Amino acid sequence: MERLRSVKRLLKVQVNGRWREDAVADNLLLVDYLRDVARLTGTKTGCDGGECGACTVLVDGRAVPACLTLATRCDGCAVETIEGLVVQGRPSRLQRAFHDKLGTQCGFCTPGMVMAAEALLRRNPRPSDRDIRIALSGNLCRCTGYVKIIESVRSASEMAS
Amino acid sequence: MNGGRRGNGGTGRGGVPLIDGIDKVTGRARYTADLERADGLVGRIFRSPVSHGEIIRLDVSKARALEGVAAAITSDDCPRTYGVLPVAMNEYPLARERVRYRGEPLAAIAAIDAETAERALKLVEFEVRELPAYYSSEDARAPGATLLHDNKPGNLEREVHNEFGDVGQGFAAADLVREASFSCAEVNHAQIEPHAAFADYDPLTGRLTVQSVSQVIYYLHLMLARCLEMDASQIRVIKPFVGGGFGARVEVLNFEIITALLARAAGGKVMMLLTREETFLTHRARPQTDVKLKLGLRRDGRITACACEVVQRGGAYAGYGIVTILYAGSLLQGIYDIPAVKYDGYRVYTNLPPCGAMRGHGSVDTRHAFECLLDRMARELKLDPFAVRRANLLQAPTRTLNDLMVNSYGLGECLERVERASRWTERIGRLPAGKGLGMACSHYVSGAAKPIHWTGEPHAVVNLRIDFDGGVTALTGAADIGQGSSTMVAIAVAETLGISLERVRVVAADSAITPKDNGAYSSRITFMVGNAAIDAARSLKAVLIAAAARKLEARPDDIECVGEIFQVGAGGQSSLSFAEVVKAALAERGPITVSGAFTCPPEAQGGKHRGGAVGSTMGFSYAAQVVEVTVDETTAAISVDKVWAALDCGRAINPLAVEGQIEGSIWMGMGQALSEETRYADGLPLHASLLEYRVPTSAESPPIEVQIVESHDPYGPFGAKEASEGALAGFPPALINAVANAIGIDLSELPATADRVMEALVERRRRQRLGDARRAAS
Repeated sequence: MERLRSVKRLLKVQVNGRWREDAVADNLLLVDYLRDVARLTGTKTGCDGGECGACTVLVDGRAVPACLTLATRCDGCAVETIEGLVVQGRPSRLQRAFHDKLGTQCGFCTPGMVMAAEALLRRNPRPSDRDIRIALSGNLCRCTGYVKIIESVRSASEMAS
Repeated sequence: MNGGRRGNGGTGRGGVPLIDGIDKVTGRARYTADLERADGLVGRIFRSPVSHGEIIRLDVSKARALEGVAAAITSDDCPRTYGVLPVAMNEYPLARERVRYRGEPLAAIAAIDAETAERALKLVEFEVRELPAYYSSEDARAPGATLLHDNKPGNLEREVHNEFGDVGQGFAAADLVREASFSCAEVNHAQIEPHAAFADYDPLTGRLTVQSVSQVIYYLHLMLARCLEMDASQIRVIKPFVGGGFGARVEVLNFEIITALLARAAGGKVMMLLTREETFLTHRARPQTDVKLKLGLRRDGRITACACEVVQRGGAYAGYGIVTILYAGSLLQGIYDIPAVKYDGYRVYTNLPPCGAMRGHGSVDTRHAFECLLDRMARELKLDPFAVRRANLLQAPTRTLNDLMVNSYGLGECLERVERASRWTERIGRLPAGKGLGMACSHYVSGAAKPIHWTGEPHAVVNLRIDFDGGVTALTGAADIGQGSSTMVAIAVAETLGISLERVRVVAADSAITPKDNGAYSSRITFMVGNAAIDAARSLKAVLIAAAARKLEARPDDIECVGEIFQVGAGGQSSLSFAEVVKAALAERGPITVSGAFTCPPEAQGGKHRGGAVGSTMGFSYAAQVVEVTVDETTAAISVDKVWAALDCGRAINPLAVEGQIEGSIWMGMGQALSEETRYADGLPLHASLLEYRVPTSAESPPIEVQIVESHDPYGPFGAKEASEGALAGFPPALINAVANAIGIDLSELPATADRVMEALVERRRRQRLGDARRAAS
């Protein structure tokens, strides 16, 4: 255990548009890197690994669970978190829609949910409800029954066009 | 008893987003696990590997000696019990002398990092003499079974027996009497935020601050003082953002006290993050329940009598158990007009994680049985399910046989709305093969009218302060756990004062600042805290009007408020802006703080019979829903195509939030109906992850069409009642009734997994073949 911890390597990663260099352990998970090293606590841990989707972030534009991704695997990659969608203090259209349509209640699944939806809208700007349901099916929400989450994503996609 | 006549409450009919919504969608919201903890220690819990046993030896000295370990504690550090009900505090934060379920906390470590803490856990020495363990109510109740708690013979935590009206006479008057058994699996809240607590003990001042995922910071405060034997004034409890509760956090949980004990032992800060598995082990959710129900029905649809026996597998400790078993009986009433109701309830101790309160507390499994059996009997008498419910409606205001107040009652309108929306009459019986429609009704309390801790204080208090900046700050102890209670408080204050919502700021759930509140449970906040907020806002308004009157040299009665303008008379020749009025008021008396309160009167607090307070409330919400399903007879999979629901919430103070609550509660009922189930093998949880514990995903969740019915409760704030729990209990029976409509099979076990449906289909085929063979032979 002690020995494992001492193996560190230099990670160069772009987080929300800004390059960072950190010495990180080989076995450090991306979610822990983001939360504990970069102190971006918007990304949540909701389970013991790959169960709930609360930690979803974008790595080179693809939605991935940060709890199943090693930080060192993101060397040279662009990582985007919920904090990165806010530009000059203004929430993105999708974030705004989640707020206006009550796509968030307790808010704990929200960062992951928004990032999964962001990935969807980037590859499919006008998704059907079915597309939305499938794209978000790895992200559990316990508050909304998904009704207003789907509405939020749909509304953001309609605003965009 | 105020709030009914005045004010619109409603901010336009669309409703408003949550006042803290932007924080949530931007990732800025800080939950317990997000708190800054740079110089903090990491907490870990050593848990029992056995289900039941006497502790022979528990030694943490080696763990304590490990470099980097700051504290290692056992029950020697806390020989005091805790619990939510004053009459049933039979649990130690760390087990003492006996362990009663697998996963029960025994010892705890605080160390400089997670790796060290985990290594220390491996150094804990534990010897136990195992005792017989019971994983079902039946085994635990068997004659000669070892007692989990010496003072509870038969392993019964509580037995309830009551009869209102004459049940025998009722059954005699019925045209049809049927009895059926139902079994409902244990389910879990599975809120997405795992449990977490952060404790900061300052050895120099002797003060303790605890931040936690609690729905009930006041109870946490009390139990910290009790278990740590500290003066309550030296403790501060704060609720950061909380990622859902649903009842998981309505009683003080062992890890919260353990974290505080560790922080004190270590003389510093400790962050305790439970894993998802540990969050499941902490449990406190809806118990596995067996219901035996007997109903009498006349040909005209009138229910003549109801007799119900409920057995709840409660787990190892008391928790809310007594309340749960009482709710299961008392909420047989308050929804329909039933002339005779008999109830026998048994809450059983078993060697499993303790159960507790979960959304729809106590009412869900009995409501399920009731609505299913009523439907079966209606079919037998060739009555329409809607007609049967209509034949038994109450007339508000009234009191039920068990002395519950029904002050407003919109169930009839809920029925009409969903009947129309689902096009029930045109479609029932005319659906293609494999498709079915089912319906059911449900109800829930808007706050328990009698508080658990009877202190004589008001049931809710809200303070409002206003200062030179003209901002109104509402101080409330109410725990916003995502349901939007802080937003509700802001709306109630803004509406009553006639000011813009932006002018109101809400500070909630910090014991050093906000007035005590009993917490977020039994759907009490809108009703009780809402009324207190209105009361406080009226007091503040009176102060402002008096100041405006003096300034304008008019009588207070002549001051009219038009939005934020205070003027004399309707014409308003002379007027003052809100800022000017505030300035005038402050000139008189400096910064202003007013207080508002609400108390449920004694006549609302239930009957005089033992346990009669449970179920009592000032206002019941009512719901009806129709569920449309498709059942695939090859795979036995049930898919829910659509749900139509209507809920009478009295008055929707924030329609957007009300819709969100109704959708969420119906969907949670769907999870319980279709897939959710915690199972154990010799006490070992088999479903302690969100992969095995199957919460429905967006892919299999249906559209839910919600209608809000407003019956304008005479005592609710602006006429409002609860909206967060009432609809849940209707989903499982509506689904089971829809499955019966689709394939002609009445399922009696929840959840209706493909396995159970397949078993029923196979059994039916077997019987059909047997019947065919018999006919062929004869």
